[in-house]
Amino acid sequence: MRSNRQNVIGLLFASPWILGMGIFLFYPVISSLYFSFTSYSILKPPVWIGLSNYQELMQDEIFLKALSNTLIICAASVPLTTALAICLALLLNTKRKGISLYRTLFYIPSLVPTVALAVLWLWIFNGQYGLLNEGLSKFGIKAVPWLTDPSWAKATLIMISMWGCGNAMVIYLAGLQDVPQSLYEAGELDGASAWQKTKSITLPMISPVIQFNVIMGIIGSLQTFALPFVMFPGGQPARSTYVVAMYLYDNAFLYQRMGYASAMGWVLFLATMILSLVSLRLGDRHVHYGGGA
Amino acid sequence: MNNLLPTVLCVLLGIACACGLESSQVSVSKTDRIEVQYWEKWTGEEMEAMKRIVDKFNASQSEIHVKYLSVSGIADKTLLATSGGTPPDIAGLWGDQVVQFVDLNALTDLSDLAKDAGVVEENYIPAYWSICSAYGRLYALPTSPGSGALYVNRQLVPPQYASPETFPKTISEFNKFAEQTDRRDSSGKLLVASFMPRDGWGLWNMPYVFGDGFLQDGQINVNGKDDLEAWTWVKSFTDRYGVTETKSFRSGFGNYSSPQNPFLSGKLATYADGPWFSNYIRMFKPSMDWFAVPFPHPDNHPELAGFSTMNLNTLVIPKGAKHAREAFRFLAFVQEQKNMEQLCMDQQCNSPLSNSSQKFLTSHPNKAIVLFDKLAKSSRAVPPVPLGIRAQIGSEVGNAVDQMELGELTPQAALDQAQSRLVAMWAKYQQQVLGK
Repeated sequence: MRSNRQNVIGLLFASPWILGMGIFLFYPVISSLYFSFTSYSILKPPVWIGLSNYQELMQDEIFLKALSNTLIICAASVPLTTALAICLALLLNTKRKGISLYRTLFYIPSLVPTVALAVLWLWIFNGQYGLLNEGLSKFGIKAVPWLTDPSWAKATLIMISMWGCGNAMVIYLAGLQDVPQSLYEAGELDGASAWQKTKSITLPMISPVIQFNVIMGIIGSLQTFALPFVMFPGGQPARSTYVVAMYLYDNAFLYQRMGYASAMGWVLFLATMILSLVSLRLGDRHVHYGGGA
Repeated sequence: MNNLLPTVLCVLLGIACACGLESSQVSVSKTDRIEVQYWEKWTGEEMEAMKRIVDKFNASQSEIHVKYLSVSGIADKTLLATSGGTPPDIAGLWGDQVVQFVDLNALTDLSDLAKDAGVVEENYIPAYWSICSAYGRLYALPTSPGSGALYVNRQLVPPQYASPETFPKTISEFNKFAEQTDRRDSSGKLLVASFMPRDGWGLWNMPYVFGDGFLQDGQINVNGKDDLEAWTWVKSFTDRYGVTETKSFRSGFGNYSSPQNPFLSGKLATYADGPWFSNYIRMFKPSMDWFAVPFPHPDNHPELAGFSTMNLNTLVIPKGAKHAREAFRFLAFVQEQKNMEQLCMDQQCNSPLSNSSQKFLTSHPNKAIVLFDKLAKSSRAVPPVPLGIRAQIGSEVGNAVDQMELGELTPQAALDQAQSRLVAMWAKYQQQVLGK
């Protein structure tokens, strides 16, 4: 009897979370799966159309263009951000005076709201007055049309995505501090150089952390929305920066095609899941768990 | 542990009471009046201008209290609130959203309410009334409108073109003017461009300058003869400056409402925009000596003169609004000439009414208001495309113009591609939204 009462109390305490997850996560997720098989424009009842939305997606040139843009940005930004975050973490893992200050300074950019960041970058990459072109001109390099040329616009977006590496950097830093000092001492006794120690001790020991961050990076970059939405309205120029999340938003809220947008969301989810599983499978061969048997 | 359950329940009860108390406090203060919720997109000066009208209405009678709320992303929020059964009583939408909202069954038909209140078509400029209507019924009423003209910076144009009387009237005269106005430095770098058709208000209506525009006989037609002529003309500016130089020059343009706006910063000698733009000149470049003129018309086609891009801010009553009749009383109040003119004057717009008072025209802060009023009444005044896929048309045509300017496709190929996509989108829209 007492056990039942305790269960009820436990459930009561957990109820805000259960209700919140149920109402604001599970219900919308299940609804969107249903809507993806319907024609639905919000104020009229959804009409079941089977797989039509998915079939249309596979022939939709704009969706395929957006998907390809998204995958290119993901393929470029995840490795670059990972490399940068690891390098920064390695630098910030040294014992130097004032290192806490440096760690804070390198992390702070991750706290800047995306929209504010986008406006800031618009000025930095401004073709005529931008800081970047101003700096390049000192080396005799001609002004680069970062925001108005299709190939540069995508590269700009990839470069900016590296700005948010602070979160990953902190996780790498925590991972680095868990690497047993004895392994480095053994390496030194064997005459290992700094690079050999990094390659043979540090990277294998933090490989689970790398895998986690890579998967999170893939998920984050496939969902990229706010930066291109603010910096490149409509995916300009020539839809070179149009990503799936933007096309999804346009279909849902501009074109009122909620069913189609839901199907797009599920395709994006599947792509994310497949890429995450591939990363996990690749990780089986390259990830080492130090605490394992 | 035994005391935990009552404790949790007490806390929850307390929270519920606090919430209830808060909501009852709001309603207690307004118990003697019906509260009408009004969501509007404006902020800053425009919001204040409408707030003065709301305050005036609230003070003018004792039965209704209009609660005015500035809401961002108003179209999405109004639609979602309507879908959830809790719409505002009044929402301020853009005119070009009305048809889509009607197609979605999101708006109250105002035809009968308007007739009873004496709000009739004859009192309005036809293009504005048409924006408020769909399928022969009235679904919105105007607030502040806009008509487009060409602003000219007198200091940047050759003296022979520096007055409204001598400014080019035809496209070929304008091309000649452009050649004489562009300025480059010794290295060929563009310093001042006469005109950039992609910057300013109304680029997407360019085909209407040359003729029929996006619709012919009610069908989508973005690759017709007029369209091709229009976009080829638009592209001629990129060709003249060079693709790389155009990209570099345009990438230096700042935000629309800022001193870095290309016209305000002296990079463009002419700029297409609505009457409100004089306010930005006043705020950011008060020393500018400017005048406004109608857009030039194609040679040998004087009947196409007087082209003007049109749009409108509207007031609508979403379907399911709890106080539709009371809301309409406010809408009708805004339509009274003195109130409408006060609002349009404060927002520096022309008036949507067919007869503007002399006081409005003479004391308006935009010195060219008579021109904007005249253009709004022109037979060549072009309202937004009255189709629910207007946003898709803008997106497809914009992409086509990008592709032709970057040299990825010829103008004809880019427009053909846009046409074929839009026809498919329109068919899908008709099938899925209109149920045809």
